Parts: sequence; C-alpha cells; structure tokens
Amino acid sequence: MEHTQSFQFFNRGPTPAVRLIFFSILSLLLLFVDARFQYLETARSALSVVVYPLQRLVTAPAMLWHEADTYFVTHNTLIRDNNQLRLQHSTDAAQLQQFQAMQAENKHLRELLAIQQQASYPMQLAEIVYTERDIFKRKLFLNKGSLANVLAGQVVMDNIGIVGQITRVYPWLSEVTLVTDKDHAVPVQVLRSGLRAVVFGSGDTSELALRYMPVSSDIKEGDMLVTSGIDGTYPPGLPVAKVIRIERDPAYPFARILCAPVAGVDKQRQLLILSGLPKLPEHPEAATEPSGGKSKAGVQKKP
Amino acid sequence: MSASITKDQEFLLPASNTFLVLSLVGALLLNWLPWHGIWLALRPDFVALVLLYWCMHKPYRVGIGVSWVIGILADVADASLFGQHALAYSVLAFGGIVLHRRMQMFDLRQQTLQIFPLLLLTYAVYAAVHWQMRGYVSWEYFLGCLVSALLWAPLTILLQSLRRPRTDSDSL
Repeated sequence: MEHTQSFQFFNRGPTPAVRLIFFSILSLLLLFVDARFQYLETARSALSVVVYPLQRLVTAPAMLWHEADTYFVTHNTLIRDNNQLRLQHSTDAAQLQQFQAMQAENKHLRELLAIQQQASYPMQLAEIVYTERDIFKRKLFLNKGSLANVLAGQVVMDNIGIVGQITRVYPWLSEVTLVTDKDHAVPVQVLRSGLRAVVFGSGDTSELALRYMPVSSDIKEGDMLVTSGIDGTYPPGLPVAKVIRIERDPAYPFARILCAPVAGVDKQRQLLILSGLPKLPEHPEAATEPSGGKSKAGVQKKP
Repeated sequence: MSASITKDQEFLLPASNTFLVLSLVGALLLNWLPWHGIWLALRPDFVALVLLYWCMHKPYRVGIGVSWVIGILADVADASLFGQHALAYSVLAFGGIVLHRRMQMFDLRQQTLQIFPLLLLTYAVYAAVHWQMRGYVSWEYFLGCLVSALLWAPLTILLQSLRRPRTDSDSL
C-alpha cells in the first residue's frame, strides 16, 4: 500500500526535521518543568495507571521464578541453613535459660519487696553467698554482716515464711541456722485454734516436728502454724509450717505431729533479715511456769 | 539478484496496525522486565530497536510523534524525568527516517554498522540529559548500546518473518 517512492512532503505534514525540532523542544520543556517543579506529578500518576499493570505483568514471571527457586532449594543449602539455625538455637537457648533464671529472680524479688512493704518491721534484703557443705549442719551464709547492722538472733525469712535465725555475725557475713536444723525451736500457734506449741527442727530440710503435744490436742492435718510472738525473738503471725501428718498413738503420752516448713528453706537465693523487734521486758526469774512446755526454752537455737 | 529483490520486497511487506502496536508493546514489556545488576547494564533497548525498525520500514506510520509518545510511557515506567526517553527516541526516529532509504540498499551486517552510531547518539542524548540534571553518568550504560546494535539483525529477521506468513498462505 504505502510506497516509499511516493515521498510527498506536502500532504504528509511537516518534514522530519521540523518534527524533530518540535518534539525536542517539547521534551526539553517537559524536562525543565519536571526537574524544577512538581506540576507533572498528576500526569505521571495518571499515566502510571496505564503502565503499572503492564509492569506487574512483566515482573510476575520473575516473581514466580523466585518462588520456584525457593521451593527447589538444594540439599546443601538446607544442610547449611540447618547447621546455622542449630548454632543459633543453642546460643539462643543459653540466653533463654539465663532469661528464665532472671525472670524467676525478678518475680521473687518483687514478692520480697511486697512483703517488706507489708511488714512494719525494718527488713533488709540479703543474698545467700555460701551454704555449709556439711549435710548435718545446714547453715547458710548471707552477704550482710555486722557492718550492715545485722545482729545475732534476728529472724530470716523469705517471701512466704520463716527460714531461720541469724546465729553468728561476721563483718561482711552472717550465719543463718535454719528452722529445720536439728532441735532448733520456734514458738508457734496453730492459726485455726490458737493453740500454742513449739516446733522443732528435725535435721531434714523438709520436716519439722511438734513435740510434747497431748494426744487430745486440737490439731488437724493441714493446720497452719504461725509464730506466736511469745518470747520476743520472732515477730508474731509469720507462717512457719504446715501440719502434714499426725499419729495419735495411745501408747505414748504425746502425739507425733510432723510438719513441713512453709518457706522455701533450701530453695531461695535472696532472703530478708528482720530487725528492730521491740524488746520485751526482762523475764522474771521466779515466775510461775507458763502453760505448756514451749516459750522460753524454745526460742533459742540448738545447744 | 533474487536476494536484492526480496530485500526490497521485505521493506514493502504489509504490516497491520495490530502487529505494529503489539511489537511496540512487546518491546516495552521486554524493557520493563526486572533486570538486575550487570544485566541491567547489558540490557538492549528493545524499544529503541523496534522503533528504529518501524521508522525504517514504515516511516509514514511510525515517526517522531509515535516515538515521542512511547518515550513518555518509558519515562513513566522508569521513573526518569519526563521527556528524557522521549527526547532520545525522537532523535532516534529522526535518524531512522533520514536513513531509511539508504538502509534499503544494505544487508543486515551493513545495517548494523549504520545503526550503531545512531543508537550511540540516542544513548548519548539520554545520558547527557541525565548528566545535566543529576550530575553524573555511569559509563557501563553504554554497553547496552553495543548489545542493542548486535541485536539488530536477529530482531529484524524475527519481525520480518512475523510479517511474512500471509505470503505463505497466498502460495498455497
């Protein structure tokens, strides 16, 4: 149809040179406007509505290829990735362990803080630095000593209950005798009935015993024993132990009552030292025997 | 002898508007493929080649105006400045129209030698605008010019063969 020979400028509009000049000027104008001003952004976005679907269409195979590529991963890649992840996992696990320990510690500290705020006695937080390696003398050493105004006889507790008593003080350390220590006595009361008693350590950290309780005494399994405050060493009302087993054998004069300490006697890392208990008036020498066998003998530690 | 006749006839082969538009769109799509790194530098400018082809074969249907419009589309897609591709393609189309008579006398190898400076000019225009506006030129950009020139012969053969099937159906 079109014959290249019929080159008629007149009915084919302006010559190529004229067109070139026209479109070049147009381009340069656009360039100038686009570079200097923001007028053409709407035009650009309008045109991109046309162009964008085509661009998406073109990039789709490449994206498919990428996906297929990740699907057909090589054996080596998997092994390498696996090793890398394993390594990562072990380091992460170690960190996670630390994190869990920290979390537990934090929770514990928060609970101690709450106790400290509840109790009216001045307390200080101490941390266990050593535990005696002798299986029969389960003593603890705390990192607060006489320089921190710790005195022998002060009570040590955790967030739940009584743990023990300070029995020796060094400048930077203090020694704690646990309530479960052999023959260590704590004057207590049964929370339910108000019955007074003395609980003795058995030498086993999971066991305490109520001694010299009549077979008929009003005590049941599950009863909570709290400090009575009698004799002034222990402040009243702190949980000490829970009754776990009672054997009432009529052949013996006393019931055999086993208790479990409430506090985590061998569990915690941070403990509270209670101080500033009010001094009781001096015990009169010639006073009449108090009822039961408890108070005076019980308060001090083992011989 | 027969070769020269077919060459002349090939320049006179009919081309439907649909085919023309499809070839240009195809070239645009090829340019918009997600090329990366060195491949982007080596990427031939398919749009320039197809425009040049049509400017040489159908100079009254595809000329500077069409090239300019295609250039604007390329500008939008590449997020280059408005008119950057358009200016380069206008220059290219002008060159193609001016050279189109000479091209009809050459075979593909000679044509390649003829169009290489033309493509170089086109690339230079684009790079010059970039340099003027952005202040730098990446020289590996001109590698694409070389690849484009080398691609001229295969592309011409392809487009010619796509235009030819009708003659086959006539011969039946």
